Amino acid sequence: MIRRQDSIIITTLTRLLTPFIQLFGLYVIMHGHSSPGGGFQGGVILGAGFILLAISFGIDEAKQRFSEGLIAVFSSAGVFIFAGIGLLCLFLGANYLDYGILPVVEPRSLGMLGVEIGIGITVMAVMISIFRDLLTFE
Amino acid sequence: MILTLATGLFLIYGAMDMPKWGDPESPASVNVSPRYIEKAFEETAVPNMVTAVLADYRGYDTLGETTVIFAAGICCLLILKRRKKEEAT
Amino acid sequence: MDLLISHFNYFISICLMMVGLYAMMAKMNLVKKLIGMNIFQWSIILFFVSTGAKHGATIPIVEAGHSHHGAEVILQASHYVNPLPHVLMLTAIVVGVATTGVALALLLRIYRTYHTLEEDEILQKMR
Repeated sequence: MIRRQDSIIITTLTRLLTPFIQLFGLYVIMHGHSSPGGGFQGGVILGAGFILLAISFGIDEAKQRFSEGLIAVFSSAGVFIFAGIGLLCLFLGANYLDYGILPVVEPRSLGMLGVEIGIGITVMAVMISIFRDLLTFE
Repeated sequence: MILTLATGLFLIYGAMDMPKWGDPESPASVNVSPRYIEKAFEETAVPNMVTAVLADYRGYDTLGETTVIFAAGICCLLILKRRKKEEAT
Repeated sequence: MDLLISHFNYFISICLMMVGLYAMMAKMNLVKKLIGMNIFQWSIILFFVSTGAKHGATIPIVEAGHSHHGAEVILQASHYVNPLPHVLMLTAIVVGVATTGVALALLLRIYRTYHTLEEDEILQKMR
């Protein structure tokens, strides 16, 4: 069991750093188009921000913020977004996962953006889930 | 230990034949990747070639990849469930 | 000697691979075996990524500049590093993380049942 850290430096610093870590993770996902990054990398950074919170504030606080139901909803939603975009392309007439037929301005680029967001959500939820399961085993 | 060294020597002997470091004519860079490099920006308007290949040209593999990591998360959840009946029996 | 220097990336991968193989086979503690498997896997990833390098080439991202239409940029295949091994190894890294997570969960269950993590003591208790 991880208890809340006694030193005040660690708790204050974590509280200050966590929004910047999450913002950076979101930046890496969104800018996967024109700089190194993408779905997997941004998802891991978001998960690592949450694990930092769990290490410095104790496992009870982390359990309150992310319950098991919420983790299950997030990880399924990510896979659902990915497969859903593929099925949408199938319904509109082209092959499965053929982004050229979506009715937006630049279909292939925006299809890729949606897919990367789905991947990022799933990877974040699975990282948090594995960490939480390994810690709350008595 | 001896087995490890023997395997290492066999692998080094086999690696002598492989293409040199930084060779632009090696078989890994000639067959299909020039087409990916040249057509990625025209067809998809995405400057990052790695993301274009990962999510557009090979998008099906990425779908399988996401399923693998989802299944690993569920597997970990199932292995570590606490059963109250297990201590009684 | 010339052959050794021009193929040095394969030698580094093979050295890491042998370290991982030795850790997997000769150590008795289960956590050390798991670390050996992880080292082995990273050496394979390093080997694959190093086969895609080219002399004097840059990273596989197009410096788009001002042209958003994308029709006036002519790309030469020998200026950019081969992106295909990078793509395949992204998948391999994620699979490695998943494998390590599940293996750690299994180790926790083994510890709870047998109260030890040495392989010979576990084999003795199983008989």
